[in-house]
Amino acid sequence: MTDNTAQTENGLVLAADGRPLKTSLRRALRAQKIRAMLLIAPLLLFILVTFIAPIADMLFRSVENQIVGDTLPETTATLQDWEFTSGELPDEDVFEALYYDMFVAVEARRHTRLGSRLNYEQTGMSSLFRGTGRSLDDLGDDYFDVFEEIDPVWGDAGFWYSLMAADNGEDPIDGLIASQQARLETLSSDDYSGEIGFEPAADIAQILPRTADAYAAWATFAALVDGDTVSEEEPWEAVFSALASDLRRDGAVAAIAAYSGDGAAELQAAYVARDQLPAITYTEFFLNENEDWGDVAIWGTIQAYSPAFTPGYFLTAIDMQLTPEGISAQPENRQIYVTLFVRTLFMSMVIMGSCVLLGYPIAFLLANLPMRISNMLLILVLLPFWTSLLVRTSAWKVLLQQQGVINDILVWVGLVADDNRLALINNQTGTIIAMTHILLPFMILPLYSVMQTIPVTYVRAAKSLGATDWTAFWRVYFPNSVPGIGAGCILVFILSIGYYITPELVGGETGTFISNRIAYHISQSLNWGLAAALGSILLVVVLALYWAYDKIVGIDNVKLG
Amino acid sequence: MSLPIYASTGQKIWYYGFRVICGLIFFFLIAPIVTIIPLSFNAENFFTFTPGMLRLDPDAYGLDHYRDFFTNPSWQQALRNSVLIAPAATVLSVSLGTLAAIGLSQSHVPFRGVIMAILISPMIVPLIISAAGMYFFYSRIGLQGTYLGVVLAHAALGIPFVIITVTATLVGFDKSLTRASANLGANPVTTFFKVQMPLILPGVISGGLFAFITSFDEVVIVLFVGSAGQKTLPWQMFIGLREQISPTILAVATILVAISILLLTTVELLRRRSERLRGMTPG
Repeated sequence: MTDNTAQTENGLVLAADGRPLKTSLRRALRAQKIRAMLLIAPLLLFILVTFIAPIADMLFRSVENQIVGDTLPETTATLQDWEFTSGELPDEDVFEALYYDMFVAVEARRHTRLGSRLNYEQTGMSSLFRGTGRSLDDLGDDYFDVFEEIDPVWGDAGFWYSLMAADNGEDPIDGLIASQQARLETLSSDDYSGEIGFEPAADIAQILPRTADAYAAWATFAALVDGDTVSEEEPWEAVFSALASDLRRDGAVAAIAAYSGDGAAELQAAYVARDQLPAITYTEFFLNENEDWGDVAIWGTIQAYSPAFTPGYFLTAIDMQLTPEGISAQPENRQIYVTLFVRTLFMSMVIMGSCVLLGYPIAFLLANLPMRISNMLLILVLLPFWTSLLVRTSAWKVLLQQQGVINDILVWVGLVADDNRLALINNQTGTIIAMTHILLPFMILPLYSVMQTIPVTYVRAAKSLGATDWTAFWRVYFPNSVPGIGAGCILVFILSIGYYITPELVGGETGTFISNRIAYHISQSLNWGLAAALGSILLVVVLALYWAYDKIVGIDNVKLG
Repeated sequence: MSLPIYASTGQKIWYYGFRVICGLIFFFLIAPIVTIIPLSFNAENFFTFTPGMLRLDPDAYGLDHYRDFFTNPSWQQALRNSVLIAPAATVLSVSLGTLAAIGLSQSHVPFRGVIMAILISPMIVPLIISAAGMYFFYSRIGLQGTYLGVVLAHAALGIPFVIITVTATLVGFDKSLTRASANLGANPVTTFFKVQMPLILPGVISGGLFAFITSFDEVVIVLFVGSAGQKTLPWQMFIGLREQISPTILAVATILVAISILLLTTVELLRRRSERLRGMTPG
């Protein structure tokens, strides 16, 4: 008990300010914790935003598949009831939905993206979407010509506006424009808010539902994307197709007869003359454009990839595929990833093995020489460690070439004929040689630090008890150095399976790793989902190895330089 | 490990044999780096020693490749970017990293293990995965292809090194010194700059050097997060090696080797100094 504390009658210890000591201590501890957290917080936030969020984004992308549902919302919804196993084509509703979904997607220039997305799963999708996208206007144009023949007013922007809009005391319909706006925003991933200058009328939307939808879609697009005034522009072709569908619908006659708003007379005239319209179903239209639409496999693929999240990328990453029938193996000629994973693991093992083979003697020598000499020799290990990776890789690229220094020396010595120089680069040999050199310091340094702690007396004791040099080494020294081997091996292995630069530059066709494939999918094939799935698998492998490293060595024992 | 005078012939053979083997491995480690230095002075556009060079003919040597490096605009732009990006990333990671390391070294930090794991993670995750994630995420938020994006990404990569070296230095830091300073009336900021900082400075500097070299040598992240406008020296070397290899790369490599020797010496000196200091201070 110091002078500052006092004891009350019930045994409570009080601090100088009269509070119980326990509370006081707790408060001090809390203040300390808060101070520590305040110091850590900025960095933690920084790492979370610049590093953890990107990793999370990658994991998300590996299963994300919203593009199908976003581009073809109505189609995927209608397609849900269809059974692939029935072997029959989806019915007319689905083709109708596809027509209007595609039309908006084509106008927003997003259908090719969907085509290339689905092309990863089934070849031919890309050209199918692109080709069909070009001819969607034709159907509407045909209808437009007939409508204009019936009454030229159908080609008039003002007439259309007054027919569709709630401008003459008609009741407006809520939500139609908002949903089209939301649709446009998900489709183009841009922000499209603003005034459209058009409010659809409720009664006409009831009589001509498809037309109201199509007109609202067009109005939204015209006002927000093109910046036009809705009442001054002629609607796009899909509106005429929609009108034709609505006029043919069962029960249209009664509704149109009962309608008395703007353009009622023209509408009735058009209804009477509806038999002049080209008689073509949406199914027929699509099959005429491209017979592939008659292939159930196409529809099966669209259906299988409708959900917003898909295991498809992960399945591709392990040479499986998600087909309409379920999960199956990829065709033989497309199975590359498992081979690549196996090759990456195998080559990392070889590199790890050669690092042990070359690193162990060096670490042993360094640990057993006098400090002064070993410090000098350690510089020979640290210099490559500190030299730029690119420098070392370019050195190997120069040395290993067919006309390079090593081949020159071999020819000069006479080991190799001049016309038969060794291929040391752009194959597995090149990758293994260069990466062993690059990763060797990561093996030597942990080995050396473990060997330094092995007391010399152990080996001396073994020898004085009659062990030969070899027995003393193998039975006494070596078991003591195993933790160092373990640490070095895991470190080299972890570094090696994620390597990109060196295999890319000296690996050629056969010496590349899984990381090269990831880079290829990011920057060349643009299949980001697959790149993310491959990356996620690699990440899991590395984290598992790292967990093992932590168990064996401990993270705190990571030493630098 | 010296050879006793009573060693048998077998032991002698093994003793010298082992040294020869070690010599060869050292040769393997150093030779590639040393070889490119004379090759970079080649007067001709060859990647091997010309007969003239082997005869030590002065005419066979020249500074053409260095001249190309210092006059070629695309190498100069790369150099400028490297000199711009690496220090910016270093300052960012050193300032944030040192503060956090001080926070982490205090007793009673809640969730220390988890926080440490998160802060160290940029060092563990393979670069290609970091690059992929950053490419996806930075293009979402409009940082892809900007200097800021590259600097932030490089700072994130350098932080584990700062954390590790600074926390290691703080282990040997005597906490009673800060208490004494507070006792003598210094506020926390003064205490930090006048007492704590000078003592942990070697750790901070060597952490900073690691962060600098990480950013200066880094190529995978720049390839994805940066665009042609942010190309750094390693980027230019990588592209040069992949497309048409020009001997200028060897000149650049030689310059970079000189820089790494300089950095290595600094880090070694700092390490020895801090070891010496730690030997003297208690704890």
